[in-house]
Amino acid sequence: MTRIESKFNELRKKGKAALVTYITAGDPSLELTPDIVLKLEESGADIIELGVPFSDPMADGPTIQLASERSLRNGTTLRGVIESVKKIRIHSEIPILLFGYYNPFLSYGLQKFSEDAHEAGVDGILVVDLPPEEAEEFKTHADRVGLNLVFLLAPTSTSERIRLVAEHASGFVYLVSVTGVTGARPDMDYSLDSLVNEIKKSTKLPVGIGFGVSTAEQASRITKVADAVIVGSALVRIIEKNGNDKKELLDEISAFIKVLGGACKKTERYNQQ
Amino acid sequence: METRLRLPDGMGHFGIYGGRYVSETLMPALLELERAYFEIKDDPKFIEELNYYLKEYVGRPTPLYFAERMSKELGGAKIYLKREDLAHTGAHKINNTIGQALLASRMNKRRIIAETGAGQHGVATATVAALFNMECEIFMGLEDTGRQALNVIRMKLLGAKLREVASGTQTLKDAMNEAMRDWITNVRTTFYLIGSVAGPHPYPMMVRDFQAVIGKEAKKQILDNEGRLPDLLIACVGGGSNAMGLFYPFLEDKSVQITGVEAAGEGITTGKHAATICDGKPGVLHGSKTYLLQDKDGQVRGTHSIAPGLDYPGVGPEHSYLKDSGRVSYTSVTDKEALEGFKFLSHTEGIIPALESAHAVAYATQIAPQMPQDSTIIICLSGRGDKDINAVAKALEEGVYKG
Repeated sequence: MTRIESKFNELRKKGKAALVTYITAGDPSLELTPDIVLKLEESGADIIELGVPFSDPMADGPTIQLASERSLRNGTTLRGVIESVKKIRIHSEIPILLFGYYNPFLSYGLQKFSEDAHEAGVDGILVVDLPPEEAEEFKTHADRVGLNLVFLLAPTSTSERIRLVAEHASGFVYLVSVTGVTGARPDMDYSLDSLVNEIKKSTKLPVGIGFGVSTAEQASRITKVADAVIVGSALVRIIEKNGNDKKELLDEISAFIKVLGGACKKTERYNQQ
Repeated sequence: METRLRLPDGMGHFGIYGGRYVSETLMPALLELERAYFEIKDDPKFIEELNYYLKEYVGRPTPLYFAERMSKELGGAKIYLKREDLAHTGAHKINNTIGQALLASRMNKRRIIAETGAGQHGVATATVAALFNMECEIFMGLEDTGRQALNVIRMKLLGAKLREVASGTQTLKDAMNEAMRDWITNVRTTFYLIGSVAGPHPYPMMVRDFQAVIGKEAKKQILDNEGRLPDLLIACVGGGSNAMGLFYPFLEDKSVQITGVEAAGEGITTGKHAATICDGKPGVLHGSKTYLLQDKDGQVRGTHSIAPGLDYPGVGPEHSYLKDSGRVSYTSVTDKEALEGFKFLSHTEGIIPALESAHAVAYATQIAPQMPQDSTIIICLSGRGDKDINAVAKALEEGVYKG
């Protein structure tokens, strides 16, 4: 069982939802990435999504595009991201999911990546541009070492695709809240309840909702239907704003995550199986 | 060879290449598009409508012109030019945009988006959007809007909205990223009209099929003129749509040699080029697995070519397949050689080619003298060079490329 699965089991027993936080590895620097992750954990994050930067982030809005550019300018590589997970593991057992685009993984070698990532303490991977149809080879290697392969579902997904993703996914299912790219949005579409219910009929895996979440109110509303709230761009913006001012950066991250974590944990969840 | 006619397979794969590497949000749209395309592709009514516009609006068939002076000057093979530069809007791109716009109409999508590098596909898309009364937005990198100003004006005159892309390298690849992002956001109402044989399935197949009219016509025309098949086909390859269009109907004709010409920019060894197949390795970008110019960590490399339409780090997945299978050979010519080809065709035939097409011309000037006089070459003259006049004047003035 991966740390991701254990975490969801633990929270399910408590009737609580998970707070999943995304940062782009190497932004503002790969040196600070472990510090940021540890601060996220200390402030109430349950699972970390560590973005692997890519030169052509087609599904990302401006905030994460810029974070990828900053990270790549700092010389971040997939190898470097795996190394930083090793550093995090010296201090923490927080579940870690690598989140990225396919080509850097492919270039690294899928088998070698899976082995190295698992050895470093990575728990799962989500590849934005790898739908289940193309994922067979990666899944074989990931399964062999026990890495979760998380897939996306979207508001455009048909029943047929929900079944397909449910069949292939492990760890959890990531439901994209909007038909669009990543990025914080003032208004969220809450008509996801029926979609979440449909997903739940196809799989026992937890369902997390992300893309566009930036406030405690949104988080709180999401935890009523989903098992996890995923926050990305709003957090990346804090990093963008503070840059290398480490103290200011960690303080602000902490304050932000405490509010969101509070919102996540407040909701009593009755729809647990 | 029998099986290759049926490529891609049901999942959109050409051997190990192609496929659908996109985020989940787009998967349903791609499946819907594939279904819609299979419904119309052999529908006699659709074919009749398409052929009507190709004939009456585009001006097809385009001539297969015997370039007599050029051939004599080079002193080898007889050279024929497939005159796609004479198609409406001045390039082969319109063959595909007419087809896809008719398909979009059938699917009740009234908003069209497209990426463009040289602006030829942008112009061809804006043109069909005007023709079929559709809303149209074109994504173009800032570097390209500067060097292809004429096409920018044309697109605006045609009523399209231009979206200048300032991210990344500000060229074709970034225009495509931005168009993808728009499509992810507006996928329910919007038709993404991809201009090359690139992108996720079904685009490489569909664009190839629409462009195959080039090769079908050329085959008939050369048989009428020469009574036999050509010895060599030459076309430039950026994404590779004019090349696939010419090559595809000849792939089964084993006596016909086929060469794709990539952009070597300032030279392959300088790293400043766009010769994807010659210098790249398989990877995934913009929805398909294909040869890709990338660094050792899998990041996509910046590219350079004097021809914006070739300035792209990927290539259509079917080209990657044809490369590995050995059916087509791929070579490259530099900016400087392309400029020489540009001048040569202008001087000998009174035809000013697009800088993209000038790459194919340049290779022909190298290979034709080595071939016997009774052999024949067909060059796909994919576009005309009006759009490039300023860029060429500047390059010649700067003396960088003076021979």
